[in-house]
Order: sequence, then structure tokens, then C-alpha cells
Amino acid sequence: MNISPKEKTLNMMFIMPALVLFLVFNLYPLIRTFQLSFYQWNGIDKDMVFVGFAQYKHILFSNPAFWKSMLNAGYVTLLSLTLQNGLALLLAILVNRQIRGGNIYRVIFFLPPVLSGIVVGLIWKFVYDGNFGILNHFLISLGFDNFKDFAWLSEVKTSLSSVAVVHMWKGFGYGFIILLAGLQTIPIELYEAAEVDGADKWQQFKNITVPCMIPVFTLVTILTILGTMQIFDLIYSMTRGGPAGHTHVPITKIYEYMSNGEFGYSTAMAIIFGFVLLVVSFFQLYVSKKFNR
Amino acid sequence: MNSFKTKKQILDFITHAILLVVAVTCIFPVFWMLSSSLKTQEEIFTKMTLFPEVWQWGNYVDAFIKAEFGMYFLNSVIYTVVGVSAIVLITSMAAYGFARLEFWGKNFLFYLLISTLLIPIPGVFVPLYLLLKKLALLDTRTGLLLCYISGALAFGLFLLRSFFEDLPKEIEEAALIDGCSRFGIYWRIALPLAKPAIATLVILQCLAIWNEFLLALVVLQDKAKMPIQRGLMVFQGTFITDYPLLMAGLTIATIPIVIIYLLMQKHIVKGIAAGALKG
Repeated sequence: MNISPKEKTLNMMFIMPALVLFLVFNLYPLIRTFQLSFYQWNGIDKDMVFVGFAQYKHILFSNPAFWKSMLNAGYVTLLSLTLQNGLALLLAILVNRQIRGGNIYRVIFFLPPVLSGIVVGLIWKFVYDGNFGILNHFLISLGFDNFKDFAWLSEVKTSLSSVAVVHMWKGFGYGFIILLAGLQTIPIELYEAAEVDGADKWQQFKNITVPCMIPVFTLVTILTILGTMQIFDLIYSMTRGGPAGHTHVPITKIYEYMSNGEFGYSTAMAIIFGFVLLVVSFFQLYVSKKFNR
Repeated sequence: MNSFKTKKQILDFITHAILLVVAVTCIFPVFWMLSSSLKTQEEIFTKMTLFPEVWQWGNYVDAFIKAEFGMYFLNSVIYTVVGVSAIVLITSMAAYGFARLEFWGKNFLFYLLISTLLIPIPGVFVPLYLLLKKLALLDTRTGLLLCYISGALAFGLFLLRSFFEDLPKEIEEAALIDGCSRFGIYWRIALPLAKPAIATLVILQCLAIWNEFLLALVVLQDKAKMPIQRGLMVFQGTFITDYPLLMAGLTIATIPIVIIYLLMQKHIVKGIAAGALKG
């Protein structure tokens, strides 16, 4: 088919609305982020002061609160990767055993992931409440009297872990659904053949399930890392970074600097954080590719 | 044989026990929200019964009117309906263009447009805030909607283009010979055929916009324009928290999501699993 230049131009009309929106609201902000990160600017003044990499340097070497927020998000991520995804895998394997009511469990487990972060955060804040939270009431009724008036979210020792528990409660169903879909793509003949060859369940798991599932594990791992490191709604609705910064995470930090009018500084932080996320996902892809061969 | 059977029974029992405990853990907080939304403040502070003594349906009237959750709810409906409609229209048109038509720089533009799917960009809300300020769209419904629509472009394009590509070309070619315009073919033939993919896009974007908080936080100041997620935070921040009303508000924010989820759960679950496994 030969298409006239006129038609080629006319055809562009189909993508124009998307293209214009993309250029203005996706690409321009991205470029602007890089540009702003080299300037000190409060968003109001006409003058933007060019400071080069000074803000990057300050964030990396003189801002312990930023590193604390990275560590906090890292801690929640580590818990999610192990406990949450471990639970998700166990549940996926159990449901995949073709038991009765499997579909009902699937519907229930995916309920928390469809709820909003704000709703989940506020429900759990209520559950965790020191004075009239159901959690303490439950613990006291079991005989743990020392939990009377224990404020889970405002104690330095428990605040971050308490938030992490809620994050995992909200998130495990997501991994569960993907892992279950992955398990269901493994051909049943593989297991039947292994059965004939006398392999026990553990050997089947180790030699069939795990190798077949490596791409899915990789995917779930990346999604967990990217999702958890960028946690915001739950933190904002439960602790707002408190007590004394013990539950601050990178996005709440970036938001905080922006709210204080430090636009240049907050974008520099966003770029450093974005770079870390990029490295993590590339590293994960690299490792899994190597593992796959 | 007998021992085999009992072993399987024990395994089944353990399986159900574990699944049941997790299921109860999933549901209980949601149940507790519902139950608390029908109690009195005094009941919440002094008693820990599972169900309300007297079901205070009036809480919902107060939540809708006094706590202004009715207004926030309506705003959320507007954002979701307008946002999702615009997303479907704009991304399906572009996806059809990329799947079927020839134009300048096609491949380059496609990869440019979906590149935002691959690169994590945390903190885009900072430059978006500045951009909206410059365009005098800060604290406007239009501004927030434009953020939502542009945020969904890459995903919508990615999902719909491959779907359009897999559709048989013959019907479209016949229509072309019959003198149908390119836009007519897209509108009357391709779009109706793409219903399954569009359904997935609609459902996932409904959930995403209804549940969105961070951009609504950054863009809006005026209570009258806030979606319900934002309204919930305003309510629990400004008052000495009236817990039954807060829980009623949370319930109001949750009911549409749960209804959509239960009606469409096969679509959602399949869409997410398939999307994730493909990507």
C-alpha cells in the first residue's frame, strides 16, 4: 500500500490528543524535575539560584533524615519480600490444590488490595488505637494486661512494624493472585511424569514448581520492591511520618520538602530515589536472567 | 489405601484451617469498620461488642450531610466518570492509530509514550504542581483530571494497542472499500470489537481514580472540589474525631469499590494476573 503524505499527516490526528497530553503532563514534568534539581528555588521568586550538584551532595552526605526514610522503606520492603510474599506463595499453593471453595478464598484475599490506602490506613489506625482499639482489647482479653493503653503507632519501637503489618495485610493478595496464575500455567503433565518416576512432593516442588516459577517470582519481587519503597497513603493516614520521623519514607520526605516550598531540593531527592529504584529493578532483572539459564 | 485417604483428609483440613484464618483476618477489619459505623461514640469508647446495641442508621445521614461525605462522594463520582471516559476515548483512539495506521515517526512515538511504564518516576507530583500553577489549573477539577488522564495514557495504550493488532483486518478493509472513513471504522467497528480490553481498562482505572490520594492532596485546597479519599483525611484531621461518622465515611468510600469488585472480580483478577504475567 502506498500512503500519501497527506494521509500520513491526517492519520496523526488519531494520536494527537494522547501525544499532546503526554508531552505536557508526562514528558515536560520529567525534564523539569531534572532541571529543577540543579536550582535552589522556593516556587515563588522570579530568580532560581543555580547550585549545580550541591543539593544532591547535601541529600547524600548531610541529610540523615533522608537515609533514615530510605532505611524505613527498606525495612518494610524486606518484611514484605519475606513474610508477605512467603505467605502469598503458601496460600497460592494451597488454593492451587483444587480444594473446595478456592474461588471464595480468592475473592476474599484480593479484597484488601482493591481498598484505598487511605481507607485501610484509617481503619487500622482505629484498630491500633491505644485506648479503644480492638487489638488491645483482644490482647488484654487473652491475658496480656501490659497492652492496656499501648499506643502501637506512636511508640518508637512499634510504629514502623505496625505500619508494615498493615502494608502486608493490604498487599499479600496481589502477590497471591499473580503467583496463583503462574502456578496454573505449569503443565500438569510435568507433575504426573515426576509422580511416575517416584519423585516425592518436595522434590516436585524443588525441581518443577520453583524453576517454572522463577519469572513469576522475579515479577512479584520487582512489583513488591517498587510498590513498597513508594509507600505513601498508608503512612500519611496512619502516622504522617511520626513519631519523630520513625515512619518517614522517601515519598513523605519529598512531599514534606515540597510543602515547605523547597522545590529544587525535593526534586533532587526524587531523582536520587528514582535512580535507586531503577538500579534495584535492573539488578533484579539481571540476577533473574542469570538464574534462568 | 486407607492411610492414604486419611493423610489427604488431614492435609485438606490443615489447608482449610490456614485459608480460613487468613480469610477472617482479611475480612475482620472491614467488618469492624461497618459495625463501628452503626454505633454511638460512647459505645465505641466504652464497649467492645461485635455488633451495635442499637443500629444507628442516622450516622449515615449525618455523614452524608453534616460531615459532607455526600459532597466528597459526588466529586469522586465526577472524577471517576469523566476521567475514565476521557482515558478510554483518548487511549483507544491513539492505540488504534498505532495499531493500524501509518504516520510519521510511528515507532519512535509509541515507545516514547509507553516509556513511562518502564521507568519509575517517584515525586512527579512536584513538577506537576508547578505546571498546574503556571497554567492556572491548580486547585481546579480540570487540573486534577488532566493529571489522572495523562497518568493512565501509557498503560491504556499498551493494553489496547496489542488488542487492536490482534483483531482481524478483513472487516475493516471491507468497510474501507465501502467508503467508510478511517474514523468511522475506528468508531463503529474497532471500538465495539475491543470491548473486553476496554472493560479491563475501565475497571482498573475506576479503582485507580476512586482510590487516588496523593495527587488530590497536592492539587486541591478547596474542600468543595475534593474527592472522598481527600475528604476522609480532612474529616479526621479537623474535628475531634467522631469515630462513628468517620467509619460511616470510610464505608461510603468503600461501598462502590466493593460492588464493582464483586461484580467484576473475574475481570479484575484476570486483568491483573494477565497484565502482570505479560509485562
